[in-house]
Amino acid sequence: MQAIIYAVLAVLAFVTFYPFWNSLVISFNTGSDTALGGVTFWARDFTLENYKIVFKEDDIFHAYIITILRTVFGTALSMFFTALFAYGLSKKGIVFKKFYMILCIVTMYFSGGLIPYFILIYDMHLYNTFTFLLINGMINVYNMIIFRTFFAELPDGLEESARIDGCSNFGVFFKIVIPISGPVLATLSLFTAVGLWNDWFTPAVFISDQSLIPLQTLLVQIINAGATASLMTNLNTYAQSMVQNTVTVKALQMATMMIATLPILMIYPFLQKYFVKGALVGSLKE
Amino acid sequence: MILPAIAFLLIFSYIPMWGVMMAFKEYNLFEGFKASPWVGTLHFRMFFESPEFWSIVRNTLCISLLKLAFGFPAPIILALLLNEVKNMLFKRVVQTITYIPHFISWVVVSGLVFSMLAVDNGTVNEVLMKSTLIEEPINWLSIPEYFWGILVSVGVWKEIGFGSIVYLAAIAGIDPALYEAASIDGASRFKQIFTITLPSMSAVITIFLLLGVGNILNAGFEDILLLTKNLNNGILLPYAQTVDTYVYQMGILNQRYSYATAAGLLKSVLSVLLLYIANTIARRMGKASLW
Repeated sequence: MQAIIYAVLAVLAFVTFYPFWNSLVISFNTGSDTALGGVTFWARDFTLENYKIVFKEDDIFHAYIITILRTVFGTALSMFFTALFAYGLSKKGIVFKKFYMILCIVTMYFSGGLIPYFILIYDMHLYNTFTFLLINGMINVYNMIIFRTFFAELPDGLEESARIDGCSNFGVFFKIVIPISGPVLATLSLFTAVGLWNDWFTPAVFISDQSLIPLQTLLVQIINAGATASLMTNLNTYAQSMVQNTVTVKALQMATMMIATLPILMIYPFLQKYFVKGALVGSLKE
Repeated sequence: MILPAIAFLLIFSYIPMWGVMMAFKEYNLFEGFKASPWVGTLHFRMFFESPEFWSIVRNTLCISLLKLAFGFPAPIILALLLNEVKNMLFKRVVQTITYIPHFISWVVVSGLVFSMLAVDNGTVNEVLMKSTLIEEPINWLSIPEYFWGILVSVGVWKEIGFGSIVYLAAIAGIDPALYEAASIDGASRFKQIFTITLPSMSAVITIFLLLGVGNILNAGFEDILLLTKNLNNGILLPYAQTVDTYVYQMGILNQRYSYATAAGLLKSVLSVLLLYIANTIARRMGKASLW
């Protein structure tokens, strides 16, 4: 019995791990060599050429910068306004508190849908702006509830003493509440940041200016273009190396995929405990 | 302090809800919302009568039911298996690896799928050829009948590890004395799972099942768009088109705003209704409920 369980789990781990490993290997292998087949666990003809081409590509470099800016500032904005909101709602004296809560919870189950949202963004002249990429989904009701639960459990005395020392509402929030919310702030920031980093759909729908799209969205275009190479004509170095036949579309796709994933894979081992903790705060809120 | 957030929600969540009225109008981007003429239920009728209607309904229901049938129990089974593992290092390694795909974007996952299933040198084809199960490489993503299977498998692959976290936590909270008593009474490990572990997890399981039922019409969106290469892989559409992808195609790609809104509205109303029914049933049965 034990042996079967170990075997099943080992197979599962392998099936999960192998596609990543294989893609990494292919990204370090000469494209023409990969095309012969049989590249599985180790690079047969090791090269850094694929990565050199990807990093030389202005469009990709630019999209990478957009992704980083969006992730950093988008997460900061979302955390700030969501936490502020949650803190306000965690206070006892708020009038219409119940009404505000209902207002929030309705949005978790019902929404106008994609098209009315699209029209709204278009009418507000937010279409095709970087601002929109930052503020889309800025107030996250789910995160707000988690923050609120945390704030509600803080001892009252802490704030009272700060108030006696002459702190305003905002003073209490910045000097007392935020500094002691470290763990919950870290967890939710992390989830928000991963979400923003991985988001390709919002830019795909709401951004048509190629110079504003982040890496994931560009990656979709690169993967979808595939061998037809319609997009490749826009990507100069890609097209050139294609002509010279030193690399293949697949090798470049893999290299781009790896640089789009690398930051998450690199921080992953350090942050795993937060991921696990976050999954629990998120799901056992009842 | 709560004003900015309330204003934000009113603008970005409630104005679009009011905007669903355009489903009953003939919306024109240039004339604006107020000037567009009312057309009543025209768009709903058009949706019902469209040739794709039945295949869209079938795909939406079947894909989400399949996802629920396989995606829901998979993390529970994984948690039960992991719980039997005595070697902590092995357990940790398996968990760490299986969590990873949850944090990888669907874009990259679709890239991995295309690479694994590729006709020339795709690993799946190579393995099957070597083991002489097939003679020629199969173009997996060009056979519509395989699409549901691929979609559901990839979904399970991506979320199984992360989904198991909550169940593992629930298992960890069970009083060890229960197991001791059971083993003294002569219950096997297997029997203990059914008489102690699963019943103790039932509250968590019910909540997640409820959430799953509430999501039943969300057959998936990102995954389908990406695996069909943004609906460009037309061969797959008879099996891949769902209400959500249809709304995207009609609304965003073809700019038939009112028509797409009508289809989307129909779906959200049904989803809320389903969630409500499921929750009522769960409450009647005396198990945990969402509200």
